[in-house]
Amino acid sequence: MALLHVQDLKTYFFMRGGVVRAVDGVSFEVERGQTVGIVGESGSGKSVSCYSILRLIDEPGRIVGGSVMFDGEDLLQATNSRMREIRGGRISMIFQDPMTSLNPFLRISTQMVETLRLHTDLDQRAALHKAIAALEEVGIAEASKRIHSYPHEFSGGMRQRVMIASALLTEPDLLIADEPTTALDVTIQAQVLDLLKQRQERLGTAIILVTHDLGVVAGTCERVNVMYAGRDVESGTADQIFYDPHHAYTQALQKAIPSLQTKGDLLYTVPGMPPDLSKPVQGCAFYPRCPYPKLAPPDGPPPELVVLTEGHCAQDCQYCDRSKPIEDVLTSDVTEAFE
Amino acid sequence: MAKFIALRFLQGLLVLLAIYAITFFLVAATPGSPFSSERAIPPHILAQIEAFYGYDKPVLERFWTSLTNTLSGEFGPSAVYANRSVTDIIAESFPVSLKLGSISLLAALLIGIPTGIVAAVRRNTWLDYVPMSVSMAGICLPTFVMGPLLALVFGLILRLLPVSGWYGPEYIILPAATLSLYYAAYFARLTRGGMLEMLNQDFVRTARAKGVPEWTIVWKHCLKGGLIPAITFLGPALAGIISGSFVVETIFQIPGLGQWFVKAALNRDDFLILGLTVLFAALIVVMNLLADIAHVALNPRLKYE
Amino acid sequence: MSGSVEAVLGADEDVGREPATPEIERGASLWRDAWHRLGKNKLALISLFVFIAIALFCVVGPFLSPWDSQQQDLMIGAQGPSATHWFGTDTLGRDLMVRVMEGGRISLMVGLIATLVALLIGVLYGATAGYLGGKTDAVMMRLVDILYALPFTIFVILLMVAFGRSLWLMFVAIGFVEWLSMARIVRSGVMALRKQEFIEAAVSLGYSHRRIILKHLIPNVLGPVIVVATLTVPAVMLLEAFLSFLGLGVQPPNASWGVLINEGQQNMEIFPWLLIFPAFFFALTLFSLNFLGDGLRDALDPKSARD
Repeated sequence: MALLHVQDLKTYFFMRGGVVRAVDGVSFEVERGQTVGIVGESGSGKSVSCYSILRLIDEPGRIVGGSVMFDGEDLLQATNSRMREIRGGRISMIFQDPMTSLNPFLRISTQMVETLRLHTDLDQRAALHKAIAALEEVGIAEASKRIHSYPHEFSGGMRQRVMIASALLTEPDLLIADEPTTALDVTIQAQVLDLLKQRQERLGTAIILVTHDLGVVAGTCERVNVMYAGRDVESGTADQIFYDPHHAYTQALQKAIPSLQTKGDLLYTVPGMPPDLSKPVQGCAFYPRCPYPKLAPPDGPPPELVVLTEGHCAQDCQYCDRSKPIEDVLTSDVTEAFE
Repeated sequence: MAKFIALRFLQGLLVLLAIYAITFFLVAATPGSPFSSERAIPPHILAQIEAFYGYDKPVLERFWTSLTNTLSGEFGPSAVYANRSVTDIIAESFPVSLKLGSISLLAALLIGIPTGIVAAVRRNTWLDYVPMSVSMAGICLPTFVMGPLLALVFGLILRLLPVSGWYGPEYIILPAATLSLYYAAYFARLTRGGMLEMLNQDFVRTARAKGVPEWTIVWKHCLKGGLIPAITFLGPALAGIISGSFVVETIFQIPGLGQWFVKAALNRDDFLILGLTVLFAALIVVMNLLADIAHVALNPRLKYE
Repeated sequence: MSGSVEAVLGADEDVGREPATPEIERGASLWRDAWHRLGKNKLALISLFVFIAIALFCVVGPFLSPWDSQQQDLMIGAQGPSATHWFGTDTLGRDLMVRVMEGGRISLMVGLIATLVALLIGVLYGATAGYLGGKTDAVMMRLVDILYALPFTIFVILLMVAFGRSLWLMFVAIGFVEWLSMARIVRSGVMALRKQEFIEAAVSLGYSHRRIILKHLIPNVLGPVIVVATLTVPAVMLLEAFLSFLGLGVQPPNASWGVLINEGQQNMEIFPWLLIFPAFFFALTLFSLNFLGDGLRDALDPKSARD
């Protein structure tokens, strides 16, 4: 049985101006020790999905449907005190901006020891020792001294190392990493990803890696979920998503990765903006931005996910003409735009 | 840290000196002298009195004498209340005002800060709306409206509390309530704002994701930062309570420094004005210094700047 | 909207935000949006109407009343409210309603003029500090910090004693006390704007400092300034009433609300209406201005209203 099984998760925000369907029926699985990527643009609902797993959604947001089965237990039905045991104990989380995610008013030692005291039987001294060891393992020199510093005395990359060390202190089964490298310098990004990988191999932790960067996913994840407008549009192994993308949005994302092979000097960007989620989606949410020739105006419910091959499924869209390969569609598009 | 405090201390001394000088020259610029008021005094006697108090000397010389006297703790005589020195008056009335002021400030903090914390944590519930509406009332009703109204209701209509004089503990209640209500309201609003800012920070989300219980997040993670706005307001609050005491001591007939200051200002009692202003300013400067120190102690980032 | 959404969503996630108008439309629509938001804030709207009603009552009222505020009639001294004298009369037999109206005129006038003085000083000082930046800014703002924590009321009292109790002196003296928060808000607004591209463009085009401050910076910090000004008016009125209450402000035969409250409090045991009417109007004015200021802040600066 999978470690985590998210089924038809729905999280809505009830705003004055209407209901924003930030997550509208998302499903995925994470096996023990596996790394799963969740990919999408800003506003696709990937972060909200992750916060929903730990029920970290504040008013006016509410989880309105679905289930989150973690090791045989539905987290959406668990009591609040049970949730507090799970948060930081069995599921940990790291965040995008290590600058603001650590409390600037408290020493690193206080913040790390706090986690251990909440979730283990260690006393103050033992907890401190364990925290120092954890800092050493993520490559922080003179950890026994530096652990008494405040967050602002560390650089951005170092802070993210501290975050990772804190998150893994209790040896959780699952680590949710919400854009862990987005706020960091490119050179630091690779180091932090390597560190995550290396800690995962030691501890056997499963990881959900949320990112908008398909390039980050490529080197790290076994499975990938592509989200658009609060829904899954495609999911499969990393190879399937990269070498055989089916949905037009996945194809466009894949084209948007700059690579040394890119012909010409133009970088492809997906045109347009994500849709307004406070309005119900008619048919395909990606339709307005879809580069394929349009066939019919979309209506009715969003397309069902269909299984393409073993472990690979995608929304099957009928509103555009998919007969040509996307390269041809895009090339004509780009050349038109620049001539 | 030590350097910072030393710097602020020196700055405080400079501020005090500046206040002293401004007050002195302001008083000196006032036409006439304290003795030229209502009582008809023959000119030669007036000249004698003025000479006795040094009013015939050039103003700079007077400033210097006055400053050195003050530094040696000698504030001079009261020009209007014959035979009483300013030091006497302060020694007699300061304990009264100190008691009233410190009780008021303490009450304001003890009511305002917890109210603000609860309102922030339970925002957009009645625990937020009710105290915040009441606090708006507290801010809009100044001491000189609140004082008479409280006196009218609790003293004259309900006959629960005495409305004038300064004899037993029950005499403190109405004036202290009048003085502290505004600041309790202000501290509540400041604390609510500070706490809300903290509660909206990313690190609160981190703490939640670690399984930290809600109230531990409030006490351990947010309180330090959330209290900073209230702490920085301590100095201005003391200044406000001092000027509020001018009104409250008049309304409730309390023999404190505030009443003396108003009388001194109205009667042009130069030495008394100067002595009281310096005393008030010194209190406020000390309070500001304490607030600065508390601010640095609460916010680790300031220590390194 | 709730700030907690933003906290949950993080910087990169736009989902939870209300569908915003596109960035390009900023400028003109900033004011339209603000007006729209203000319109939805019932408390602020009621406050606006209450304030306008009080202002009309005070400004127009005396012309409509059959009574003259200076006309004494000891025969009808200190009567309670009646059909002829709606608010009753004071100890000298003057109609209290007209006195409250005319007292209101003076209080409101002090409020407006002293606020203008504070506005002028605060905007110039804050804009200069924020615009010049660096050491100058640090020194100038440290000075504001120091001044902010000083017993200013004492100085205003001394000023009033030293230079006579004229209305004009009071405008200036109070204005000199209340400019500090204005300076702070303008300075932080300017600081934020200074880094933006259109200012850099103006600098590179060789505009003079004065021209850049007047043409570019000040119009852009107008929103916060309006908010602070609205909140300064009640603060100023409070200070005026405080002085008048102590007998250092407005002098007889003129009367502001502070003077009336003082008179009322001296006689409140026997003639409570003398305290209640002026205190009611004074408190109501302060209420409405404070709520209006809060509403304007929410409307003009939605970010600060997120809680």
